[in-house]
Amino acid sequence: MKKTVKKPVIAVGPFHPLQEEMEFFQLTVDGEKVTDIDVRISYNHRGIERISESLQFDQIPFLVSRICGICSASHPLAYVQAVEDIAGAKPPERALYERTIINELERIHSHLLWGGLGGHIIGYDTVFMWAWKYREPVLDLLEEITGNRNNYGNVKVGGCREDIPNEIIPRILKELDKIEKKTEMLTNAVLDDPVLHARLKGVGVLTREDAIKYAVTGPTARGSGVAIDVRRDDPYAAYGDLDWSVITQTEGDVFAKAVVRLLETFESIKMVRQALKKLPDGPVTMEVKEIPPGEGIGHAEAPRGETFHYVRSDGGNRPTRHKVRAPSYVNVPSFKASCIGGDLADVTLTLAAVDPCYSCTERLAAVDRESKVIHDYEALLQMSRDKTARIKKELGVPGIKMEDLQIG
Amino acid sequence: MNQKELENRLSQIKDKLISIEQLPHDRIYLLCESENSYPVNKFVFDDIGARFCIVTGVDSDDCFEILYHYSYDQTGCVITIKAFIRDRENPAIESIAPFLPGAEWIEREIHDILGIDFKNHPNLKRLILADDWPDGVYPLRKEVKK
Repeated sequence: MKKTVKKPVIAVGPFHPLQEEMEFFQLTVDGEKVTDIDVRISYNHRGIERISESLQFDQIPFLVSRICGICSASHPLAYVQAVEDIAGAKPPERALYERTIINELERIHSHLLWGGLGGHIIGYDTVFMWAWKYREPVLDLLEEITGNRNNYGNVKVGGCREDIPNEIIPRILKELDKIEKKTEMLTNAVLDDPVLHARLKGVGVLTREDAIKYAVTGPTARGSGVAIDVRRDDPYAAYGDLDWSVITQTEGDVFAKAVVRLLETFESIKMVRQALKKLPDGPVTMEVKEIPPGEGIGHAEAPRGETFHYVRSDGGNRPTRHKVRAPSYVNVPSFKASCIGGDLADVTLTLAAVDPCYSCTERLAAVDRESKVIHDYEALLQMSRDKTARIKKELGVPGIKMEDLQIG
Repeated sequence: MNQKELENRLSQIKDKLISIEQLPHDRIYLLCESENSYPVNKFVFDDIGARFCIVTGVDSDDCFEILYHYSYDQTGCVITIKAFIRDRENPAIESIAPFLPGAEWIEREIHDILGIDFKNHPNLKRLILADDWPDGVYPLRKEVKK
């Protein structure tokens, strides 16, 4: 009699030196094909919602900006919008523009970070080096504006904590031009590359129907032809005053998601530039004395999709309930639709394509139904890179190595 | 549909609701008893075509409130279905995951933290609590906080 009981899975991790979050995927495979996927999360449950109920309304932005280091502008923004919704407060114009600027700079650096890691997973380390190099000046700008490269701590109920001095605006604009040029070069190099087309197209397809059923958001939804974007649909901060487009692709594969993110980077640069030029004069903060009893909802478009905050107040100085939904919470379960039936060598990439703060991919193990072989993350990463090499060979792309190049 | 049409459309399920609350900034709350939450959710997701955002579970002294948040992106309106579970001893509500797989995780999470039984859920096992967390202790319930 054949045993159908799965063998225990050995995980790599639980903490990887490079990544910061943890999720555990158990894949059941039949040869090269993925037949089932099971996910375990919450290895790093910090009880943020519970902690939030013990803090005062003004302290919570610092707490929620630590939910995610990369999305540390969009979480506090969604939260303060929920509280401003309860209080009926409308922050000054200049504050709304500054919120927009910081959130778009965050999107630029987050998308470049994703592009680099995506390249790394398929064995294109040059893309990784480039993208991360071009991301650095964006972080420098954020540091200049807010004082921090991440965890900006700049947003508060009723406005912003710190103003952007008018004197530094020309310098930011100049730097933006440089960033745009480099990102353009990177984007063209990626979109022109026949190997990347062959490697990424048709991989990890999430259909439009599944995207709606799994309620995915952000580039994951827009890559599947669902044209949703909170910045346009329920305009907040200064997005309603700016001229920009929502980028969509219909294919739903990894390539489509990559194109959405790369092109969105340019839209973000455009928005920051417009917001800096139109930046109104005036104060950046208003006093919000009391938060009345009631409930409020705030949502913001983070780099990975919609960040959703629900806050309830009983009229005291702390919320009685604060619910947070990060975009990965709805994007991650869509793997059930995009991975099953696909190649094992494509799993790391498909999981990475929704940009789930990355940690998921490094704690991956696969069980082969027949041989009970367990593949760990390193093996799966190697499979992904081997597939790229195979495609390169088929296409006749010369495999140039560093040591072949004459330096000097 | 524009906002006015959406509001008219929502009033079609009035008989299943306790009331409809309209707040500024296009925030609509549909209040209902837990028995009616399934048909109301199905109506908002399937017939209206709103996008599912998330569910919030609240322990409010005399009852549990389950808040289903949807976004109607054509007008930027956030629709929240607020279902009241009056039975505090054996709190239960029909699961919406059978027609909305995006709600599978959050229902498991609320089951973990508030001890709500989601009937007909395809896979109601522990999601966020640790394996060694004691059974029957629900961390977001009021009595645990003291």
